[in-house]
Amino acid sequence: MLSVTDLQKTYPSGDEALKGVSLDVTGNETVAMIGPSGAGKSTFIRCINRLTEPTGGTVELDGLEITGLSGKELRNARRDMGMIFQEYNLIERLTVMENVLSGRLGYVSTWDAFRRKFSGEDIERAYEVLDRVGLEGHENNRADELSGGQRQRVGIARAILQRPKILLVDEPTSSLDPETSRAVMDLLTEIAAEDDIPVLINIHEVDLAEEYADRIVGLRDGEKVFEGTPADLDETARGQIYRGEEIPDDTAVKRPSDDDDPTESTTQEGAMRRG
Amino acid sequence: MATEQPDRRTWQRPTAFYNHYVKWAVYAIITVFLLWSVWDMRISPARVVQGWGSAVGLITGMFPPEFTAFKMDLLIEGMIESVAMSVVATIIGVIISIPVAFMAAENIAPEPVYWVGRGIITVSRAFHELIIAIIAVKAVGIGALAGVIALSYKTIGFFAKLLAEEIEDIDSGQMEATEATGANRIQTMLFGVVPQVMPRIVGLTIYRWDINIRHSTIVGIVGAGGIGSTLINSFDKYDYDFFMTIVLAIVAVVIVGELVSTYVRGRIQ
Repeated sequence: MLSVTDLQKTYPSGDEALKGVSLDVTGNETVAMIGPSGAGKSTFIRCINRLTEPTGGTVELDGLEITGLSGKELRNARRDMGMIFQEYNLIERLTVMENVLSGRLGYVSTWDAFRRKFSGEDIERAYEVLDRVGLEGHENNRADELSGGQRQRVGIARAILQRPKILLVDEPTSSLDPETSRAVMDLLTEIAAEDDIPVLINIHEVDLAEEYADRIVGLRDGEKVFEGTPADLDETARGQIYRGEEIPDDTAVKRPSDDDDPTESTTQEGAMRRG
Repeated sequence: MATEQPDRRTWQRPTAFYNHYVKWAVYAIITVFLLWSVWDMRISPARVVQGWGSAVGLITGMFPPEFTAFKMDLLIEGMIESVAMSVVATIIGVIISIPVAFMAAENIAPEPVYWVGRGIITVSRAFHELIIAIIAVKAVGIGALAGVIALSYKTIGFFAKLLAEEIEDIDSGQMEATEATGANRIQTMLFGVVPQVMPRIVGLTIYRWDINIRHSTIVGIVGAGGIGSTLINSFDKYDYDFFMTIVLAIVAVVIVGELVSTYVRGRIQ
């Protein structure tokens, strides 16, 4: 179970990407996090495994507080969190097999990593996982030879080879066409069910979130403005998430009424993610 | 004409100097300085004619180049030593350079380590290889060892600097993804960085080998082994025909080295 409490991130530039977001992810549920570009979705997910260092709040995975860890303990905690990226982030010049096996790096010695030597058991599992994501026979292809959808499958295979306790998925479909996006989402939810692990997904496409998620969380300007089932995500909630509209009973924090178009400025988010 | 159109505007090409007076003043100073330099060196026309005569003497002394068996043995021995020096120095230099390059890459190394790495590169680049060779000859004695030390030393500055720049340009996503699996720092380098810069490592090694072949022919002049020693000996003995043979051989070896280098680097791309 992942339990995030009051997570905050202020970048050195003074940008407040997260202003205290709390969220629990349990069982084998799929939680989709939606919101306009720059809302802090990527920052949130990256603060969980501390690729980005949060400036406040706590993250706990199965009772272990991750925010206080360093060195070996942090690396061991990261082994339990499989991460999947928008741009796949595969090691382009290595083979599919090496990319998948890199999911076991947390368990092998540095010398074995240098020789790219993994245990027979890891290799056997890597073959099984490749079958499972539909890439059997591609183990000797170099990652840069594959199509976008295939690359994302390699990314998923790498993450599940870790035997993670949770999958953190950052915009898995933003670089893919609609058909491939569905296939990737099918695969992710299928894995969550079969391996009995929860999945936290950042996603741009609201229709995919509604279709695949058990629960939807709406983020806007670094704050959680919505949480509920896909059925709860009505027009009012969308207005609140994407246009900063207040809901009638006024439980939401008042926002200046800006006319953000949810489809614009993906570059801004890209800059934040890298920044 | 000008009287008919008194308001006609004029245009002058803008000058890089403040104005045209400054421009002419700068030109005048340069001319005076040039004349003073010539006067200071006392190079008279008679001296030029004399020098020309002796240069013609030297060049005629070089022809025909000498190819006797004894001299060819000397040549081949010196040349093999030079090429061997370049190979050994390249390998030693590259092995030392790779960790230095990682230390000197701003996106990877912590700040204190970064400055140490940059410092090593700067110190290596500060001196000409002849200065290093002179010091190495004093330190370890005449011969190929001194040459290998000088060439390895220079390889570090060159190779580590260019490789560090390549490392700074990598796609950090691959590094992050490796880090996210729980890999330690060195494992992250091995998977997230090394594959990305591997073609560059091979290309730079071949390129530096090509440079080291050329430099290995020079360091012998100060006693650091190789064909350069043979060259300076022949020169000291007024053996200009053999000198010419050596010069031709150096040109041939350098051309071969450059061809191999161009071919290999072309294949890597």
